[in-house]
Amino acid sequence: MELSGAEILVQFLKDEGVECVFGYPGGSVLHIYDELYKQEEIKHILVRHEQAAAHAADGYARTSGKPGVVLVTSGPGVTNAVTGIATAYMDSIPMVVITGQVPTAVIGSDAFQEVDTVGITRPCSKHNFLVKDARDIATTLKKAFHLATTGRPGPVVVDIPKDVTDPNVKVPYSYPETISMRSYNPKIKGNARQIRRAVQLILSAKRPIIYSGGGVILSGAANSLTELTRMLNIPITSTLMGLGGYPATDRQFLGMLGMHGTYEANMAMHECDVLIAIGARFDDRVTGKIEQFCPNARIVHIDIDPASISKTVKVDVPIVGDVDSVLTEMLQLMRNTDSELNQVELKQWWELIAKWRATDCLAYDHDSDLIKPQYVVEKLWEITGGDAFVSTDVGQHQMWAAQFYKFDKPNRFVTSGGLGTMGFGLPAAMGIQFANPDSNVACITGEGSIQMCIQELSTCFQYMLPLKIVNLNNRYLGMVRQWQEFFYGSRYSHSYMDALPDFVKLAESYGHVGIRIENPADVEGALKEAFALKERLVFLDFITDQTENVYPMIAAGKAHHEMEMSPKSVLI
Amino acid sequence: MRHIISILIENEAGALSRVAGLFSARGYNIESLSVAPTEDASLSRMTLVTRGSEEIVEQITKQLNKLVDVVKLLDLTEGAHIEREMMLIKVRASSGSERDEVKRLSDIFRGNIIDVSRTSYVIELTGDSNKLDSFIQALGEITILETVRCGSMGIARGEKSLHL
Repeated sequence: MELSGAEILVQFLKDEGVECVFGYPGGSVLHIYDELYKQEEIKHILVRHEQAAAHAADGYARTSGKPGVVLVTSGPGVTNAVTGIATAYMDSIPMVVITGQVPTAVIGSDAFQEVDTVGITRPCSKHNFLVKDARDIATTLKKAFHLATTGRPGPVVVDIPKDVTDPNVKVPYSYPETISMRSYNPKIKGNARQIRRAVQLILSAKRPIIYSGGGVILSGAANSLTELTRMLNIPITSTLMGLGGYPATDRQFLGMLGMHGTYEANMAMHECDVLIAIGARFDDRVTGKIEQFCPNARIVHIDIDPASISKTVKVDVPIVGDVDSVLTEMLQLMRNTDSELNQVELKQWWELIAKWRATDCLAYDHDSDLIKPQYVVEKLWEITGGDAFVSTDVGQHQMWAAQFYKFDKPNRFVTSGGLGTMGFGLPAAMGIQFANPDSNVACITGEGSIQMCIQELSTCFQYMLPLKIVNLNNRYLGMVRQWQEFFYGSRYSHSYMDALPDFVKLAESYGHVGIRIENPADVEGALKEAFALKERLVFLDFITDQTENVYPMIAAGKAHHEMEMSPKSVLI
Repeated sequence: MRHIISILIENEAGALSRVAGLFSARGYNIESLSVAPTEDASLSRMTLVTRGSEEIVEQITKQLNKLVDVVKLLDLTEGAHIEREMMLIKVRASSGSERDEVKRLSDIFRGNIIDVSRTSYVIELTGDSNKLDSFIQALGEITILETVRCGSMGIARGEKSLHL
């Protein structure tokens, strides 16, 4: 079959099973867009800014089990997408980003809309390619999908100069069913000896705890993790990225750990004697002061990326491999062994944890005349039966979402954990809704974050995406304000959001429904009303208490046991 | 501690900048870096000299291995190995005594004088980095006009080899 480069690209995407592409046209991708125009199998989603294309593909990937695909033009198309690519890279999200480039003959001449895409995206992508010949498009794209979706997933950029997609140059095409790369063979199966050592260490523990991360979600290991945790009857905590990997409403779940983790989770980390880190990377927001991290623990660490092991915290039993594969083998070993955890010690451990839990560390004022943001998230959880897909932006609202929306299933919570990208929530929610057209999708955001990609309300209208935007509007960049209150003598430097738009009118002008809620008594009703509007996007503008802070909090440089507690929690 | 790391890497455009970019992005030191294709034209061999604590060097090797273009990697410092570096050095050699002195030093260090003009010599010298440093020191009063060094190359002793 002889096809042009543009035809090959589109045909390849069909053969690869790609259903939707998030993109924005421009000069150097016009040949490709002309091919997209001639077909109907691949749905192209037109965003309003390339950053949103990458975030939408990200949300799509996290909730569909398929890689997200992005198509943008050269120059500013690429630089706009970079934030989205970096976001996906930090959170290990499978994504293929196809970027137009100026014709090969003028590369390097500072041509119109030229930028060194491979150079710019090198440090924020898993890998990238520049395709210089139409004959290489198919194999390069196959490599890109392979790299993006295997091992530790991540975004892969494929840069294609305009002449390579020239409709007049035809070259042979056949879909490459498989691809092998001698330099890339991620290890899936864990070392059997290490797994045995880990099982022995775990079963000898007196105060064990599981610390699970985003790797559990990416590996699809929620079931095996749940089975293992229940079999051992030990406590489990999760990172922001790992939420939903173990049911949050379960008795054994201690809540999130780290900077805004629960008292019980952080204290249990501090006091544990065996730490089982699963698909987590000991991020600084999790560990706190590294010298005092789990001071008495021996550590088992399961991760597919060898570079994540002993990067910041030295571990005792490293296991390189796919989390689900390793946990499955561990389960098998544990079923066949006679030894078990010392039940007396374990009982004492749970009693200690019960004491920490009694602090009620997430308590907040229920009698306030002002809307408490925590209350909004709690009500959202109730009204959606805990089963909605939730995206967030970044800041206080993100932490409250993590603390108060109890995720019982994986792939439900979509947040920018690593890069912390404000503006992520709305476009990510669009991607989620495309992947799950019949599900409830909520975007928990703040008046600061939502304005960073607000233009996507237009995309939402074009495709009639019935998102529910939960705007926790405190007229402050809340997390910045909180740090300024705690650490900068309440000097609120540029954290006040002055001159805000009327979000209700704004939503309406984009063709959506807007509701402003100012009284706690109206919160539940407004949420119910919004979710009853199945076909419409509803922008819920909750005017919340300006002074509310996220608790507990571990200040930078402090250890897990040195938490600032909410004035409402019961001190012990 | 000083480590000398040998890398087999796909001989593709941009491979070198991936390695260099990794070092600058993560704040690792590169003392020297040398690279050229191998007998298999699809592969380049890179020798990289770096310094750091054991933990840092462990991270460096892991991060290098993580680069998709890196096929294989060996920390030569872990075993017996040979290290060589080449230097071309241009020195002033106008007077008879200067010319004699440079010739004598070059012989002692088993260098070759590969270019001669009325006022200068170019000496080619190979050895480990220390030997080249020593030669520069030994030149003493002789005026150095220019030096060019290729960076260290290394190979393991005995049967052990870095190949596909």
